Amino acid sequence: MSDSPADDALDNVIVTEHLSKAYGPKWVVRDLNLRVPRGCVYGFLGRNGAGKSTTIKMLLGMARPDAGQALLLGEDVVALTPATRARIAYMAEGHPLYGWMSIGQIVRFTRSFYDQWDQPLVDQILDHFELSKHQKCGRLSRGQQAQVSLALAVAPDPELLILDDPTLGLDTVVRREFLEALIQLIQSRGRTILFSSHVLGDVERVASRIGVMVDGVLRVDCPTETFRESVRKVVAEFDDEPPEFPGCEGLVSWRRMGVQLELVVVNWSPTQQAVLESLEPRWIDAVELNLEDAFIEYTRGSRRSVPLFARETRRVDGAVVERTA
Amino acid sequence: MDFYVDAASRAPIYRQLAEQIRAAIARGRLRANARLPSVRELSRRLVINPNTVARVYTELERDGLLVTRPGLGVFVASPGSDLTKKARRERLVALLDGFFTEAVLLGFTADEVQDLVRDRSAQFQWQAPA
Repeated sequence: MSDSPADDALDNVIVTEHLSKAYGPKWVVRDLNLRVPRGCVYGFLGRNGAGKSTTIKMLLGMARPDAGQALLLGEDVVALTPATRARIAYMAEGHPLYGWMSIGQIVRFTRSFYDQWDQPLVDQILDHFELSKHQKCGRLSRGQQAQVSLALAVAPDPELLILDDPTLGLDTVVRREFLEALIQLIQSRGRTILFSSHVLGDVERVASRIGVMVDGVLRVDCPTETFRESVRKVVAEFDDEPPEFPGCEGLVSWRRMGVQLELVVVNWSPTQQAVLESLEPRWIDAVELNLEDAFIEYTRGSRRSVPLFARETRRVDGAVVERTA
Repeated sequence: MDFYVDAASRAPIYRQLAEQIRAAIARGRLRANARLPSVRELSRRLVINPNTVARVYTELERDGLLVTRPGLGVFVASPGSDLTKKARRERLVALLDGFFTEAVLLGFTADEVQDLVRDRSAQFQWQAPA
């Protein structure tokens, strides 16, 4: 692959090249090559400890890579110009706010970093959640903190928004309200959002692409739907104890459940079906999974996680993104 | 017209929404020339990515069920057009094939199914089309 990172940046708002980080002897993020195109809503997934947060910290310049580089809006993250920084907003995990500051103070503080700032929008959000500028951040509930954090993240009308587990700890209602706010954001063309989340239902609703980290490695990077469609759970029932499964292309994991064999397979096709049929089961059932179940099946198994990569060529035409592949 | 999506369903969100709109049109709940919510409105209401809504509208337009009037919005196509008749027929055929498959799995013969259809049809309240 000979495209230089700077060329990619014309279309790709986030680019990483062999990005890696180790804590001691352990590689927490290994050889990450990520491309997030402009306008994409990218759901960044993975189990705890898979390397999502560390990746995001490196993207935001809060942790130094041990190898490789990351570019945001075409600039290296370790040397972002203030002008470029002003086009990026983020929400850190746990939405920390300075407890001793009042809401009014933190708004003024954050505002000072940006040229563009939609104060009426901030006022509107605060008003909607009945928050006063005099309230101390430390006294706010989790949900209220999240809302203030989000207001601060959207006020500069950022081109790129990076959210690290923004709904962590929020109750069901606040989580829904947060998602609604995110939808409104998405509707503005050209804005790119990368967010990590454990709530797969939410990701399914809003993400156009997803990436899945497994043990520090990006194993999946494709349109949300491609992942869903590609991962299948296949159940085969036998008259007696099922035989060992000899393996097949795209096999993620398999196990025996009583008289049944359960397989998790990527890109289930007649070839693989033939392998299973050769064991002579009574019946075979290949089940579609929703995103949450597909994610669980893909990441819960032991050793072999089959890589799944699919590029899409995008033509931005109004709000319609045409997908080929 | 109330649409809903279930993120936990096995059916992808776009398919759920497309199905609901198709069914609403086929059953006359969405009448010809009725205006559908804009992409923005619907994505906000359902809390889903606007691209998903846009995709559904594009697909249904391609199938002749919806029509975009520039500057005005997305509307249900007039029923008289050949395309909508064809689309409705295809829908029913798809359901029939599914029904036959199920009947076979349940162990029914073609004759038994025909008798069953005839009996139920006689009892059914067939309405004149709207």
